[in-house]
Amino acid sequence: MRHLAASVVALLLGCVQAATALAGPQIEHWQTANGARVYFVAAPEIPMMDVRIVFDAGSARDGQHAGLANFTNDLLLEGTADLDADAFNRELGRTGARLSNATARDMAYLNLRTLVDPVYATPALALLRATIGQPRFAPAALERVKARTLMALRHKAQSPAAIADDVFYAQLYPAHPYGSPTDGTPTSVPTLTHAEVVAFHARHYVARNAVIAIVGALDRAAAETIAAELASALPAGEAAPGLPTVTVGPAHEERVEFPSIQSHVRVGLPGISRDDPDYFPLLVGNHALGGNSLVSILFREIRSNRGLSYSAYSYFMPMAEAGPFVAVLQTDRSQEAEALRVLHETIATFVADGPPAADLEAARQNLIGGFPLRVDSNDKIVEYIAMLGFYGLPLDYLDTFTARVASVTAAQVKEAFARRLALDKLVTVVVGRAAATDG
Amino acid sequence: MRSYRLLAAGLLLVALPAVANATSRTHEFRLDNGLELIVQEDHRAPVAVVQVWYRVGSAHEHDGITGVSHALEHMMFKETKNLATGEFSELVAARGGRENAFTSTDYTAYFQQWSAENVEESFRLEAERMQNLVISEEEFAKEINVVLEERRLRTDDNPQALASEAARAVAFQTSPYRQPVIGWEADIQQMTAADLRTWYERWYGPNNAILVVVGDVDPQAVLGLARKHFGAIPARTIAPPRARPEVPQRGTKRITFTSDKARVPYLVMGFKAPVLLQAVTGDRVEDWEIYALEVLAETLDGDDSARLQQNLVRGRELATHIDAGFSATSMLPTLFYFSAVPRDGVSLADLETAVLGEIDALLSHPPTTAELERIKAQVVSASVFELDSMQHQAIVIGSLRAVGLDWRLKDTYVDKIKAVTAEQVRAVAAKYFKPASLTVAHLLPEDAP
Repeated sequence: MRHLAASVVALLLGCVQAATALAGPQIEHWQTANGARVYFVAAPEIPMMDVRIVFDAGSARDGQHAGLANFTNDLLLEGTADLDADAFNRELGRTGARLSNATARDMAYLNLRTLVDPVYATPALALLRATIGQPRFAPAALERVKARTLMALRHKAQSPAAIADDVFYAQLYPAHPYGSPTDGTPTSVPTLTHAEVVAFHARHYVARNAVIAIVGALDRAAAETIAAELASALPAGEAAPGLPTVTVGPAHEERVEFPSIQSHVRVGLPGISRDDPDYFPLLVGNHALGGNSLVSILFREIRSNRGLSYSAYSYFMPMAEAGPFVAVLQTDRSQEAEALRVLHETIATFVADGPPAADLEAARQNLIGGFPLRVDSNDKIVEYIAMLGFYGLPLDYLDTFTARVASVTAAQVKEAFARRLALDKLVTVVVGRAAATDG
Repeated sequence: MRSYRLLAAGLLLVALPAVANATSRTHEFRLDNGLELIVQEDHRAPVAVVQVWYRVGSAHEHDGITGVSHALEHMMFKETKNLATGEFSELVAARGGRENAFTSTDYTAYFQQWSAENVEESFRLEAERMQNLVISEEEFAKEINVVLEERRLRTDDNPQALASEAARAVAFQTSPYRQPVIGWEADIQQMTAADLRTWYERWYGPNNAILVVVGDVDPQAVLGLARKHFGAIPARTIAPPRARPEVPQRGTKRITFTSDKARVPYLVMGFKAPVLLQAVTGDRVEDWEIYALEVLAETLDGDDSARLQQNLVRGRELATHIDAGFSATSMLPTLFYFSAVPRDGVSLADLETAVLGEIDALLSHPPTTAELERIKAQVVSASVFELDSMQHQAIVIGSLRAVGLDWRLKDTYVDKIKAVTAEQVRAVAAKYFKPASLTVAHLLPEDAP
């Protein structure tokens, strides 16, 4: 929230989308003695390393306690058995390392970036080990993080975009764990208890439920030592069971009143899982529809041709179970009806007619030509290999990426969209004013 | 975990680079027409980023035309003499490129990221829009609506952004930093295509631009391509705007800002602060003061062990979030700012008092040896970590040059930080954190008691 630093606030013309073909990095894979899966890429050029530990401990595992997974993950950064939060942060600060964390619906992770010099790396890795294996879970920290989370939820409540995202998931997944907001609700978070956190940690932060991704200036032997050391902080435990299958409901529109000038729009439905055989036709097709940032069909129709919205894009988010397809825009309330009409018509035309040849070719070219940018930094590579490991995708996923994109035909896209993007099941969420009274 | 402070004022919260051999990887050229070219080799991946920086931003604008630099940035993606509307982006996308642009107070910059073999295509396209932009009435009419939507999205519907915008407008009385980069709504609404054409003619010349290339390239080959594509573009006469220095502030300024959208109270505080360019040009500031202010910022808010986190977020538990910092490489004197969200039940007044208390504590308890050691470890690490991003490296170079600073400052940063003493931190705290130079904004939800 560095808002006053507006002298450095820069205004991006468009939203940068993930663009994308050649061989990927050399990925090595093994398991630790107690069952954690390890993925490693040697990147000798810069004397640093990234270590990401991913657990199948996202908010889809919250059960009856919305926000528990996120709360538990946040508490990992609040001290260890030996170090209270102040001492932990002091020790970490001395290493110059950066430790970050995040919780999504499928996963929760910690990411450590440190110099490889053992003077820094050894204590930094020891702190990471202690956070996953022996978190402190001090009562005072629970209350403090709870207060912070509740404030963050209030902050979300003043953002029409954040409200739209939560409502969209709730509407798409009314009877599925994906429907619940990752960070919980104002009623659920206050009820979270120390015992629930301890139990959640004990069940989910275990080796068989973990993926360790390492990228950096070290060799396999060193990576094996680090992985073994980290995993040894965890009991073997058991992998989390599969999530329930998603059922797709009927089309409907959900309006949420909010005093914003703009109406924030989400249109979509449950889409695909990470192992879906339609993945490449849908990826390439969506790239034409709303993924190819400044040249996609949605960008053209909504922004370039009509000036209706700053953002106009769509994506499939493949998850462990069917993650959403969503199209996004935001527009002044007075233009909402027109923007919605153009959005729905553009999607309907695309599904009915399939991708225009020029747009499909542009999408393929962008994905293939942009492939080197997907793996041009340690940061991106660690994210990729953690994702491949977590979802159990083949290790040659990156090596075969461009060939699979190139092989997608217009007929495959049309056929896949017709099956997967049923127009009679599209959910529309609008957050904004009830009527365009004051324009 | 927070990012480290950027010496270079850029769009990303990034750290300052300094690697022993960085300078030797960096090559600087100047074409006869005044175009600067800086090339930094990075052969880790077969890609490159090309950025073109123009020395024009909202700080070059005057009342009535605020936001014109940013609106022009939008139109730069439209038509040129030799490219139809939309063709620029189609050509970039077809080769797998990512492109975008950003406008700040001090500069406007455009970039493409793609395979290194495409550097020449970047040059061809950027040279075309540097000299042959066409701003049609029809395309302008549509795009200005996009800019208005962007303003609604970023600012008007965002209570914290709106409060920060108001706080800056109050903090700066005469400095152009009082104007928002995106412009005031009425100015955007009344803007014309002719305004943009005039602005383009005034600022978009090779002698007001810096071309930065970082990636898997050969510097001499890049120079040859730059000459080929940019060499024949004539220089323009660039007349800088009249200086509008900030008048001395003579007391604390306060605003209370309410919003029917806000649910969370928000505190913004800003002290007038100097910038590195003043030290370079001998404008009443010593070089070491700037680096001492950087160390001061790190002492207060460098990471989760910093004082504001340890004492106010943990410790006294008065805030759920707090940030502090300043942009040392802005073109004009800036603000050292604090922004914070109070814990439920804590008033903004109490939180403000607590922040001022931490500032006072710097005078009686300047940074300890342990704190200075921590900060040094972090700037050393950060200078290595940032090598992971070509885009970041290019932004550091471009943002320094855009305001007239030497890009070599990126390579001396770590040593300058290491040389800062506790006494120097105390001295800059005493000199700059005075009530007379403070602006405070309280954002309150409309239904708050």
